[in-house]
Amino acid sequence: MLQYALKRAVLALLVALTVSLVCFLLVNLSTDVATAMAGEGATAETIDAIRKQYGFDRPLAVQYLEWLGRATLGDFGDSLYFRTPVAALVAERMPTTMILGAAAIGFALLLSIPLGVVAALKPNSWVDRLTLTIAVVGQAMPTFWFALLLMFLFGVTLKVLPISGGDTWQHFILPSIALGYYATPAIMRLTRSGMLEVLESDYIRTARAKGLRNASVLFKHALRNAVAPVVALAAVQLGFLLGGSVVIETVFALNGLGYLAWEAISHNDFPVVQAVVLLISLVYIVLTLLADMANAWLDPRIRIG
Amino acid sequence: MSNHAATFEASVAESFAGPSPGELLRRRMRGHAGLLIGAGVLALIVLMALAAPWLAPQDPFAQDLARRLIPPVWHESGTWTYPLGTDMLGRDYLSRVIYGSRISLLIGFSVMLISGVIGAVLGIVAGYFGGRTDLVVTYLITVRLSLPVILVALTTVALVGSSLWMVILVLGLLKWDRYAVVLRSATQQVRNLDYITAARAIGCPTWRIIAGEVLPNVSSHLIVVATLEMGSAILLEAALSFLGLGVQPPLPSWGLMISEAKAYMFFSPWLITIPGLALFALVLAINLLGDGVRDVTAPEGRG
Repeated sequence: MLQYALKRAVLALLVALTVSLVCFLLVNLSTDVATAMAGEGATAETIDAIRKQYGFDRPLAVQYLEWLGRATLGDFGDSLYFRTPVAALVAERMPTTMILGAAAIGFALLLSIPLGVVAALKPNSWVDRLTLTIAVVGQAMPTFWFALLLMFLFGVTLKVLPISGGDTWQHFILPSIALGYYATPAIMRLTRSGMLEVLESDYIRTARAKGLRNASVLFKHALRNAVAPVVALAAVQLGFLLGGSVVIETVFALNGLGYLAWEAISHNDFPVVQAVVLLISLVYIVLTLLADMANAWLDPRIRIG
Repeated sequence: MSNHAATFEASVAESFAGPSPGELLRRRMRGHAGLLIGAGVLALIVLMALAAPWLAPQDPFAQDLARRLIPPVWHESGTWTYPLGTDMLGRDYLSRVIYGSRISLLIGFSVMLISGVIGAVLGIVAGYFGGRTDLVVTYLITVRLSLPVILVALTTVALVGSSLWMVILVLGLLKWDRYAVVLRSATQQVRNLDYITAARAIGCPTWRIIAGEVLPNVSSHLIVVATLEMGSAILLEAALSFLGLGVQPPLPSWGLMISEAKAYMFFSPWLITIPGLALFALVLAINLLGDGVRDVTAPEGRG
């Protein structure tokens, strides 16, 4: 297990380094940073001065190493638009996105695990059909449109929930549903197929043959084994949701990382963009690492094979 | 992925048991409601896109501030001149929705072509050669998956300058991961089968084995992924355009139409429901078709 964990951790570190290089190049190859910073109608002298002042005239490799060195210490420079240190901005916005992400994945799990289990217990029943419908609809629904519909229904027509801002916990209900719904199809399908597979296994037949009560077979023996990979998938899905938060936070004017990213992108605020993309990628890398570890711990076939 | 080998064997076994494989396939296709509905709706939308100049009652770009925000015909104040009403600039909404299908389909097809070629090549090469090649490709896939697609796409498009072709290029270069993952494992399953070993034994050049033996045998996987990824590309373009960094006005992209109508949604809700429904119907049809093809080509792999 230790050997597998070490190998997997080294891989994660390598991936993280590569991702940091991509984040850096993404900005520096897409545009000339000095010209973009100078703004429209800037003279060649101004652009040159900016290039010298920020050190953009040095080779890209040197700039990357310097950026990376500072980033590992948590220093991403100053925001060009907000005029404050990027690290402070990110730290300020981070909690909102984390709450949103956690609530969204919580909603997704609460909706999809029970439905997935019942669907597996009674294949082709109405619950199974409902599950399938929710999954198919979920995959075809544009997230931002679903968010607007929720806003319209609960905020405007029924007037029961706030639709903009993030002051109270009620503000997080609609965004969490809109974001979490996106993750339900995958989780629901995995719960259903995992449960179907487990229910056909020998140890469940043994448990039934022993005369255990149905509920005990289901919850103590079957569900526990079927849910393990689902939790790992949920971790990965949480990573995806954080990336998708840019859309939902913009719709609901939630002041989180996603909204910050959108503001930064619209204002050519490169240091912030790089920091947010890197941060969200890192969270994803850590989550997948944890998910792989959990899977390997639960299933010896993975860590040996 | 672990049960794919079993699935494959089972489907081979089944095709020997039944009448003829082709006949079985056709029978399954006729019995699959989702596949038929998906294919039907998609065909209608493709026809709508092709015939847009004849179907659209008005010029989708013609503005007229005197006829702003006319509601659709089923409202009391609606008129048949503008069956789906007009937007905030007085443009005929039906015509814009019809022309919008061209943008979504163009994006879907082009992104599918670019990312499909990249992903299929990477996946098949990794699956066929294995070893170090496989390690490199797997690494590339891991890196790609770690990057949040929508944020990277937004950033690149914003920096380079947003346009329809830029959106296509950026999404095409980003969305190859699923092709690579699926084709890699599909290729691994066929590469040691007897007919491939036989082809190798008679001295067939590698490129001909890949093109002539491997590709046809993983093509059903490729078709399924390509269909589902097309739907996902269309949704991504809509999201980018909704955030104002995708297709630019005055083009009638459905995502952009929703974005433009956001400020009017409380008094003129049809401005966001109509293009949203169009997007939903198109992606739903594509996904039903993809799921259907998967069920029909590998009926045991459902779930």
